[in-house]
Amino acid sequence: MSYFSDIINGTKTLITGMRITGKYFFVNLFTRKDVITQQYPDNIDTLKMFDRFRGEITLYHNENNEHKCDACTLCVSACPNGSLEVFGDKKPDPETGKNKRYLVKHIYHLEMCTMCGLCIEACPQDALEWGQDYHHVQYDRSKLTKVLNKPGSKLMSGIKG
Amino acid sequence: MVLNIFTDIHNLLLEYMSEEATHITELILIAAAYLGIFAILGLLLVWLERRVAGFFQLRLGPNRVGPFGLFQTIADALKLVSKELTGTVKADSQLYRIAPYFVITTALMSLALIPFSQEIQAFDINIGLFFLTSVSSIGVIGIFLAGWASNNKYSLIGGMRTGIQMISYELSVGMAIVTMVVLAGTLQISEIIELQKDGWFIFQGHIPAVIAFMIFMIAGTAESNRVPFDLVEAESELGAGFHTEYSGMNFAYYFLAEFVNMFIIASIAVVLFFGGWLSPFGITDAIPFAGLFWFTIKVIGVIFLFMWFRWTFPRFRIDQLLTLEWKYLLPINMVNIVLMALMVWLGLTL
Ligand code: SF4
Ligand code: SF4
Repeated sequence: MSYFSDIINGTKTLITGMRITGKYFFVNLFTRKDVITQQYPDNIDTLKMFDRFRGEITLYHNENNEHKCDACTLCVSACPNGSLEVFGDKKPDPETGKNKRYLVKHIYHLEMCTMCGLCIEACPQDALEWGQDYHHVQYDRSKLTKVLNKPGSKLMSGIKG
Repeated sequence: MVLNIFTDIHNLLLEYMSEEATHITELILIAAAYLGIFAILGLLLVWLERRVAGFFQLRLGPNRVGPFGLFQTIADALKLVSKELTGTVKADSQLYRIAPYFVITTALMSLALIPFSQEIQAFDINIGLFFLTSVSSIGVIGIFLAGWASNNKYSLIGGMRTGIQMISYELSVGMAIVTMVVLAGTLQISEIIELQKDGWFIFQGHIPAVIAFMIFMIAGTAESNRVPFDLVEAESELGAGFHTEYSGMNFAYYFLAEFVNMFIIASIAVVLFFGGWLSPFGITDAIPFAGLFWFTIKVIGVIFLFMWFRWTFPRFRIDQLLTLEWKYLLPINMVNIVLMALMVWLGLTL
């Protein structure tokens, strides 16, 4: 008699669904614990984005102000929008005496970036990473163009150029 | 106390006018009051729906305009009032314009029968439930006309679906009501409530009453065109269905009427199964305004159930909709009526 078992099964699954949504409702009604809405301008000081949020591209610097970029420009070729510009130069390495490439300027045009993440994947040194800053509003377009390597930073030791 | 206010007004009017003129003035006053109730109910329920939906979806819902966002829907209504009424060139302009009024008029007419408390009921005739079901089925015509007169394929499909859905589910609603009428033995709403003084019908009629309640809830959701039975509007396939071409206030009429219809269906459920304005175990029978309080609480409970359905279940396909009605609800309903009749005959009710 699939007719009656259908009715019973149907009722059971409906109740399962209602139990799940009902839990959401009552938990949120009384505790607001799981609410994911951010009341944005109000909590601007405390709002912290989650780890995987794609806010902007940043260049990783360690505590000695060293980054991992050797200016290979692979990220520039990977970017579909031309949002990155890398300027490198060469100078003799003190240890080996050979010419070695080093990073002068890593320029990032935030206004052209679609947060696709291709540059991060392309980088052989894992030098780039996501930043969680979301507050990018500016009155002037030129302020969205950023230099990613910090002033005075150098290449981390152990990275081949 | 309320009655006193009413008789005071009555006497006041009598001082200045003849008997007939007083009668007509009173009717006009009551109509104005019900228009007010209609608007307030609609706006409040829209707000409630949005707030509840927010909590169901782990959001907050509207909470900026006024305390708890209470004035949000009023702001929205003001926006709709100020909007231009647009229409299509090839629409049947007369039908197009009168269609919304069918919907609100029927909603208002049904509202007149709702017993808000022992004293507050505008129209208490002896065939109350029959009147209610027949009047509320006129509302379909408004939706049908809107679908036809807009001269838009989405509207037309929406209107056609309304026809199918309403005619099918009206049967189930009607038969669920008949089941309870078998138990009550009367169609008059005030008498039905009186009969529940020593136990609400859902307890008096136990098994068949519970089945009838479940059927009524399912068919009632379908009658008010709410998710999961919102094929008529079906935003994702039909734009907005029958009211695609309506804007501004004309759209607002449909929107409010939908919510008021939900209120009416919830009220019928409360009257038939949960004792209307009666307090549980008669604890507050002596307090004059308590009826209104209990009625509101119960209706909000039932409306909350409707909202719970809405934010849980996905929409039906049209064939599933018909299968549910004609192969499941209708046969079960028929058996249920016989069961109820047997119970009443053998005196097995509580
Ligand atoms: S995230 Fe995409 S668009 Fe942005 S800089 Fe990297 S590659 Fe270019
Ligand atoms: S960030 Fe990575 S890919 Fe881009 S230039 Fe530097 S090392 Fe090469």
